[in-house]
Amino acid sequence: MTEALARPKHKNPLARTTQPLLPPSARSRKAHGLTLAASVGRFMLQCCGECGKYAYPVREACPNCLSPDLRFQDAPTGGTLISETRIEVTSDPYYREHMPWRTGLVKLDCGPSAVVHLHGDCGGPGSPLTLTLQLDRAGQAVFFAHPISETPNMEDDPQWRELTADPKHRRVLISDGRSPVAVALALALKKAGAARIFVGIADRWKPFSEQAALEAVEGVELVDLDLTSERSVQELAMDLGAKVEILINTADHVRPAHLFDAGAANSAREAMDHTVMGLMRLAQAFGPVMRSRGADGATGAVAWVNVLSIHGLSSVPQFGVHSAVQAACLSLSQWLRGELRQGGIRVVNAFAGPLDTEWFQTVPPPKVVPKTLADAIVDGLRRGLEDIYVGDVAKDIAARLFDNPKAVEREAGQ
Amino acid sequence: MAFSRMRQSYDGVVLAVPVTVPYQRYSIERAHWWMGRALRALAEGAGISHRDFDGFCVSSFTMGPDSAIALTQHFGLSPRHLDHVPMGGASGIVSIRRAARAVQAGDADIVACVAADTNQVDTFRKTLANFSRFAQDASYPYGAGGPNASFALIARHYMDRHGAAREDFGKLCIAQRDNAMKNPHALLKKPLTLEQYMSARAIAAPFHLFDCVMPCAGAEAFLVMREETAKSLGLPFVRLLSAIERHNAFCEDPVQVRGGWVVDRDELYGMAGARPDDMDFIETYDDYAVISMMQFEDLGFCEKGEGPEFVRQNTFTVDGSMPHNTSGGQLSVGQAGAAGGHLGITEAMRQLLGSAGDCQVQDAKLGLVSGFGMINYDRGLASAAAILARA
Repeated sequence: MTEALARPKHKNPLARTTQPLLPPSARSRKAHGLTLAASVGRFMLQCCGECGKYAYPVREACPNCLSPDLRFQDAPTGGTLISETRIEVTSDPYYREHMPWRTGLVKLDCGPSAVVHLHGDCGGPGSPLTLTLQLDRAGQAVFFAHPISETPNMEDDPQWRELTADPKHRRVLISDGRSPVAVALALALKKAGAARIFVGIADRWKPFSEQAALEAVEGVELVDLDLTSERSVQELAMDLGAKVEILINTADHVRPAHLFDAGAANSAREAMDHTVMGLMRLAQAFGPVMRSRGADGATGAVAWVNVLSIHGLSSVPQFGVHSAVQAACLSLSQWLRGELRQGGIRVVNAFAGPLDTEWFQTVPPPKVVPKTLADAIVDGLRRGLEDIYVGDVAKDIAARLFDNPKAVEREAGQ
Repeated sequence: MAFSRMRQSYDGVVLAVPVTVPYQRYSIERAHWWMGRALRALAEGAGISHRDFDGFCVSSFTMGPDSAIALTQHFGLSPRHLDHVPMGGASGIVSIRRAARAVQAGDADIVACVAADTNQVDTFRKTLANFSRFAQDASYPYGAGGPNASFALIARHYMDRHGAAREDFGKLCIAQRDNAMKNPHALLKKPLTLEQYMSARAIAAPFHLFDCVMPCAGAEAFLVMREETAKSLGLPFVRLLSAIERHNAFCEDPVQVRGGWVVDRDELYGMAGARPDDMDFIETYDDYAVISMMQFEDLGFCEKGEGPEFVRQNTFTVDGSMPHNTSGGQLSVGQAGAAGGHLGITEAMRQLLGSAGDCQVQDAKLGLVSGFGMINYDRGLASAAAILARA
């Protein structure tokens, strides 16, 4: 049975912070089919398009019939443990700090055998298991085997926690408290056991309707943060940069403007400054310290979440400026992901469809209520996802982009 | 398959000049240095120039970026039969088989089979991290336990299924240590007791320290030639009676419970005109004692699943009922990379030439050597075996 993760004690200020290391990250190009599945929480394996047999490890041809038509497709998640070990000694520097490490050999219900990370509550050989694909600290896909039914504190298993970004006992910064999702996020994070929730507010003197609701959440602390001011961002980072283990960037700035409007460029510049440059300022101020704390104990820095619009992936005419800004944010987010990976920090992109708020008043349903978005983000952190699509519109566009991006472009706004 | 025919005999093929370049735990030299030492010892042992080797067959994990062809220039060789056998612990016997056919056919007269590896401070970690594509994709990222973790999974399953106990593995390890005490080249020569074996620190359950080989630097080598060549050079030799190899056998088994020996063992014994009981000694590939136990079963010394009982019923020291890994094997001599697959061959040659010193098995006339290698993902893929006889 998993022991509940204790709330961390105050860190000894004289203690050296453990430097982050990464698990072995070399993979074949084909193996990134698993990375793709893991990033969105799917369980996919190669399956032969000709003979129908599943293959693993990842290959270039089916070992049964030599067909090159090995596609990644959703696969049954069940399996049986054949054997297990507890590794106590390794020459790898990352794993050396995490010994002992439990692994097993699983016979998948769909055929192949797989070496997996084993949850501590899995029974011995012969036990049925459920598998998921996870991204490890290096951002690479790995199999994780869970017991088929829930066990007490199972989310606190130390191996599982290495593969997720669970908010439990972690401190979170929400960058923009005026965002419509801020209250719902604070509530969801509190429920998930976050230790503190810092909420950035620009121009604190300006009242806003959710202030009381935010302050009512236990553990929430409002802090000055103006994303358009480099100085404001730097000052906050100096205050609490080393206390942020999860950063959720909720900044957005939705203003409709037509491309041929006289003031469209100004509108775009303003949105760019607020959202894109805001993200960049945040990254510059908080990125380095978070990256350096990626191995700082069981509650070290773990994730950076960008709340993005699905229209960053494909423009819609009504919100052209918004789409362009979000596309720029996505690109910046990929850059940030590459930089933070060295610290084992996961950059999560939560792509939402239009929110049910005033700035999307003209958009027909379905729209995303803030609570749905907040719950999806927290769920994604707890499951260790990297790309989260929230709401029917986002899911629809993501699926269509996967199928045919040109069709999404042609049909946009129709 | 219906169109396969009986394989031709190895009549007239002999092995001569067993060479061991004494191992070192760590070496500052490259693999090439160890190969050079081995080639020189072969030439001196044969009383000819190394330029007279018209066949060269090399095995090594650490000779990169060179391949076999680069080594010809490095060592001043001009062979007409050139081979690189990168099959880990099966390399030795695979080298014998290829060399044997080359000398039988007249493609070569004298084939120098050399295995050498260095062990610099970080060599072992780098070899594991870059071992194979499947290992990189699908086993090494899981705790980075290397072969210890992979074979631990195989061993745990074997123990569950066939009732082997750690004490059974320990018995083999301890017998090998007893043998190693008599071998001047063995790196591990402190006596080992069952208590020490059982209480050693854990490595990857069920393995503890003395279940694991120690990586080191070293080289093993021998010559393959026709009988008349050996006679004209005045070299003592041993005969090759039979040899088999098989790769990726039983790929449908969800976990390794047997090796490819099972597929071909009837031919192995049939060609040699011998049975398992006729062997005066056996040199198995002992990267782990559980694999030696699997070889006892798969090479017909007992039935599948009777390995533990076979171990309990026999003694494995040089003077035991089943002399086994008579030099101490890799577990006590050290594992010099790919040379681990040649170690049993040179030792078997010495036994049959009567030059095994204190490790000599009385009246050894017939011996079996087996090789096993390449844990590409979850199991050893290569298996091989040969029967050698006193001339």
